[in-house]
Amino acid sequence: MKKYSVFAIAREAMRGHKGWEEQWSSPEPKKEYDVIIVGAGGHGLATAYYLAAVHGITNVAVLEKGWLGGGNTGRNTTIIRSNYLYDESAGIYDHALKLWDGLSQELNYNVMYSARGVMMLAHNVHDIQVLKRHVHANRLNGIDNEWLSPEQAKEFCPPLNISREARYPVVGAALQRRGGTARHDAVAWGYARGASARGVHIIQNCEVTGVKRAPNGAVTGVETTRGFIGAKKVGVVAAGHSSVIMNMAGVRMPLESYPLQALVSEPIKPVVPCVVMSNTVHAYISQSDKGELVIGAGTDQYVSYSQTGGLHILQHTLDAICEMFPIFTRMKMLRSWGGIVDVTPDRSPILAKTPVPGLYVNCGWGTGGFKATPGSGHVFAHTIAKDNPHPINAPFTIERFRTGRLIDEAAAAAVAH
Amino acid sequence: MLLIRCPYCEEERPELEFRNAGEAHIARSANMAGESDDDFEKFFFIRSNPKGIIYERWRHMHGCARFFNAVRDTVTDKFIMTYKAGEPKPAKLPKDSNEVVAK
Repeated sequence: MKKYSVFAIAREAMRGHKGWEEQWSSPEPKKEYDVIIVGAGGHGLATAYYLAAVHGITNVAVLEKGWLGGGNTGRNTTIIRSNYLYDESAGIYDHALKLWDGLSQELNYNVMYSARGVMMLAHNVHDIQVLKRHVHANRLNGIDNEWLSPEQAKEFCPPLNISREARYPVVGAALQRRGGTARHDAVAWGYARGASARGVHIIQNCEVTGVKRAPNGAVTGVETTRGFIGAKKVGVVAAGHSSVIMNMAGVRMPLESYPLQALVSEPIKPVVPCVVMSNTVHAYISQSDKGELVIGAGTDQYVSYSQTGGLHILQHTLDAICEMFPIFTRMKMLRSWGGIVDVTPDRSPILAKTPVPGLYVNCGWGTGGFKATPGSGHVFAHTIAKDNPHPINAPFTIERFRTGRLIDEAAAAAVAH
Repeated sequence: MLLIRCPYCEEERPELEFRNAGEAHIARSANMAGESDDDFEKFFFIRSNPKGIIYERWRHMHGCARFFNAVRDTVTDKFIMTYKAGEPKPAKLPKDSNEVVAK
């Protein structure tokens, strides 16, 4: 792998940019690997990267039914934060946030992590109580979070409407300054490049159609559209399709898959300097470096794999955006899309070993998995390499739904469920 | 937005009138306190989440307010049929749905 640097740019500028190499190779699948990761999204590629970089396991294949980063990694609203209520969640999301800081240097790839601040608005007494509880709980866990008055919120985000005359007036806000955004595609590409350079095979257009198990129950490999590929260990990181893959191995999951939508506006000059989210009126918004307003909407109410959703869901969110930011009422929306998110009953992810020997699962990130990408990959790689969870992901088992030890993180998406 | 036929009102109405109530035909134990942890987990948390045909409950919240069941394809979101609460899970689906059932 050639290192990207200012010298590389200068050198390539001199010779017509003919020396850039492919960021990752596309090899033919081997007959067998030590580890197969199902799903080449951010979490899967990060897992493969850390397997190679931290644990020295390089005989790894990442299988992807479509194209790399084309699922929820390419469909989310790129928000990063770690202001979760419970200790277990704080542990894993802040682990990720610490890795975001410095990820561009580690990967030698600009993931454009921008700690521009994530501000969550309160509109009523209940919001104030909930958000202040988060502020205090976060501080006890060493996570920055602070309470703002409406005036301070407006100072931090000038286009915000804090009029008392609003239908749902802003009565305060919680601000995590280390929160922000990153370039979602670059995250997938950066991890893919780093993993590929260490010998990981990234195999696109290769859909897993079955999971093979030995008579003793252990995983022996996967059936794919490109034939059988053997593996000692298989890690399922398939987002909305995780339960479909797990069913192939005979494991029923506590998951339901819903469409989640997002949309972007026409590009405009910089106007929203941070991420603003609101539980109560249900909207989140930030501005990409390209200038588009990036707006996240809600899930549809029914199980679906359609990767599309109802128009009324978008309308509801745009109502809220216009309420919070009256200056955007005449903006044109350019594109909207949907992704399929796998939601657990307690809104916390599952990163764990499974009842099947050699089979591991990283799923259930629901509506908010992008922010966790580096941390998730890091501890999931540990879980696969050591056949034992990392202390950070040890609470995120499948068994918690039997024992009742839930991590009931209703704030997981920061929107009303 | 989905168009849903309420089997009680015998009318197709927009989704906004309805509330999805999750997977259908999950029997609640008559003796909940006697359930083992495994069985309770299956009843309460484990869902089939199918990519294809789903049997699900809906409630006509802003209409007759009654619960009923529906058969829908989760890939196309097309409804195959709806039927009243308490009726058994249909053993055979209507003919014109063969194409989706084959998936």
